[in-house]
Amino acid sequence: MAKTSVSNNVTRSNRKWIIGYSIAGLILFITYQFLIPWEGLPLGIYDAVYQWMPPSAINESLVYVIMALGLNIVVGYAGLLDLGYVAFWAIGGYCAGWFMSEFFYFLNIHFLGSVPAEAPGIHINFWMVLLIGGFVCALFGILIGAPTLRLKSDYLALVTLGFGEIIPQVFFNGENFFGFNISNGTKGIVRVDPIPVGVKDLGPFDFGWKLLIFLLLTAVMVFISLRLRRGRLGRAWLAIREDELAASMMGVPLMRTKLASYAVGAFAGGLGGVAFATHVDGVYAERFNFTISIFLLAMVVLGGMGNVWGVILGAFILSWVNGNGLTAFGQFYNDRFGTEVDFASFTFLLFGLVLILMMLFKREGLLPESRLKLMLHEDELDDEDASGSKKKVGK
Amino acid sequence: MAKAVEAKKFSGTPGQIRQQRVERAGAIAISAIAAVWMLANLIKAPEQFAQVAISGLRNGLIYALIALGYTLVYGIIELINFAHGDLFMLSAVFSSFFITYWMGAEESNGYGWFAFGLCLIAVMIFGAVINVLIERLAYRRLRHAPRLAPLITAVGMSFLLNFVGLKWNGSTPRQWPTVIPSGDINIGEVRISMITVWLFLVGFPLLLALNYLVTNTKQGKAMRATSQDRDASTLMGINVNKTIAFTFALGGAMAGAAGLLYQQSIGTTSYNLGFQLGLIAFTSAVLGGIGNLWGAVVGGLLIGLIQGLNDGLPIAFGQQWSQSVVFTILIIILVFKPAGLLGKAVTEKV
Repeated sequence: MAKTSVSNNVTRSNRKWIIGYSIAGLILFITYQFLIPWEGLPLGIYDAVYQWMPPSAINESLVYVIMALGLNIVVGYAGLLDLGYVAFWAIGGYCAGWFMSEFFYFLNIHFLGSVPAEAPGIHINFWMVLLIGGFVCALFGILIGAPTLRLKSDYLALVTLGFGEIIPQVFFNGENFFGFNISNGTKGIVRVDPIPVGVKDLGPFDFGWKLLIFLLLTAVMVFISLRLRRGRLGRAWLAIREDELAASMMGVPLMRTKLASYAVGAFAGGLGGVAFATHVDGVYAERFNFTISIFLLAMVVLGGMGNVWGVILGAFILSWVNGNGLTAFGQFYNDRFGTEVDFASFTFLLFGLVLILMMLFKREGLLPESRLKLMLHEDELDDEDASGSKKKVGK
Repeated sequence: MAKAVEAKKFSGTPGQIRQQRVERAGAIAISAIAAVWMLANLIKAPEQFAQVAISGLRNGLIYALIALGYTLVYGIIELINFAHGDLFMLSAVFSSFFITYWMGAEESNGYGWFAFGLCLIAVMIFGAVINVLIERLAYRRLRHAPRLAPLITAVGMSFLLNFVGLKWNGSTPRQWPTVIPSGDINIGEVRISMITVWLFLVGFPLLLALNYLVTNTKQGKAMRATSQDRDASTLMGINVNKTIAFTFALGGAMAGAAGLLYQQSIGTTSYNLGFQLGLIAFTSAVLGGIGNLWGAVVGGLLIGLIQGLNDGLPIAFGQQWSQSVVFTILIIILVFKPAGLLGKAVTEKV
């Protein structure tokens, strides 16, 4: 087992993926930026694309992919169940809200921003805000993790859930947070600065160019995930995931390793939060709820915990279904059969079933990671032994 | 099976002693803050204090009933049954439909009480059946799987029940007539609503009955044995599957009763009520010491009380922070005293 996984590691983290990824990304970009608006295109295709896969849905899916890749590091690599990931999304989003808008109207701070210098508020360059958001989230990840990571797995899940409720509530009630307005409360922060890319500034409707930027961010996350997994830290994560006790006996520092997974996962949450804020051109407190955390978890579980490509696939499928696919299908179905079924309300059913059925029948996900597959089916490999000694592997 | 008590593993080491010291200092500091806060409020508004304390305790009773389901299930298979809160929600919706539509009882009279009594039995059976079904269809197959698998399944189940609630109750909260008399009893300046009184009259016997069932009957003994050591219980001739199913049935019945009492006291149902109340109830179970029946009751009442005081008192964070207060308590308890108020030291099975 050890041998196969090592050889797997090497092939998986080859740089070859960059070529394939770039080609796929370029095709996607050219399609949406040039081909779809092209006038020579038959009208039917244009309508079909806008009904089934509008550019905004693609961009939103990519934001979910970034986030799911971050969650994958915590859940898939280190095996820690995080049910409050939305907290990092919220923090990242508000970082964008604070540093890239007119929210702090009484200040006038500009740093390579994309708005005229007389505009009030803090306006920092998008790329720096990305980093700021990422690092602030990583810091919060460490702050949350430090006291709680020594808990047992299910207690840890609960504590993360608690933070996932508290932090959004702080923003939700943030209009008067000990006398300060930190989030505009339910009104949200509307209008975030456009993204400066040298030649032009990308506003909320430049879907094609923003697609390119989101693709780039996703590639960065894929790169980070693959590199880390292959390195010392990644191997320590996998060891903890598979057997915490054995890992600590082998000299893996449990706390530091777990904290690192939290920090990296949270960093991705921050990137995703900033990206999402520019995608919807604002930050709205009521968007950050528990359901998002579960959506992200379902994406990781569906695609295949621990496998980057699986997670990307899972995130794409589920965010498309949730954002656009289900309504488009509902419209199609209702038009075709003259019914009035409200398909959007079936999201709960769909996500619940995905989680349950995947866990019952295909625990390793659509694109499984070979090592995790062995681990997750250990109960079947030695069922008789397991009932005798009650193996608890992924705790 | 090797069993090592976590407390024992470090016993006597400086780390263990430091941990205990931190625990004690934290407990004293938190108790002191709580005492000062309550005292300040008591001096400022004594009547209001009593008033909100009572209504807090009323919610606390409902939390306790739900928390029992969590604590029973966690005690026996070490699973946080996330779907439990949603089972409670479904029970509340079931009760509303049962009393208002199927029985046609809309006001408090003899027939209303008859419907209430019948509904109590029906909803307890309803909750028990659904919980047993969930266990049979999903959790049982995952009993030997890694910890993550049943936990994620439970979250999925919660979504599934949420969907049923959404379709059954509708996406907006619904108002229902109640059959419990709504008068008030005045003790001095303090008003106690009859609903509170009836809630305690119905809820407390249930708690006592459950306690009797677990501590004094053969089935209860089987439950306790199974929770201690599943394999040894099998060797002793206990049908483990049946015992676990019975535990789920008990928890479901309690959630059912809680659903009815909630629906009758608050009068509204909504499909997403299970998530919040379920979490609060779980917090109660953890606060009291998970796996401990009276711990769940004490925890529930305490959380209800704290929440009530926070929501209603002049010197407090106020209702919009209610959720955060509860979760902060949860986090503090989990970090400093994972065994809970009445729980034993955590046993780590290796």
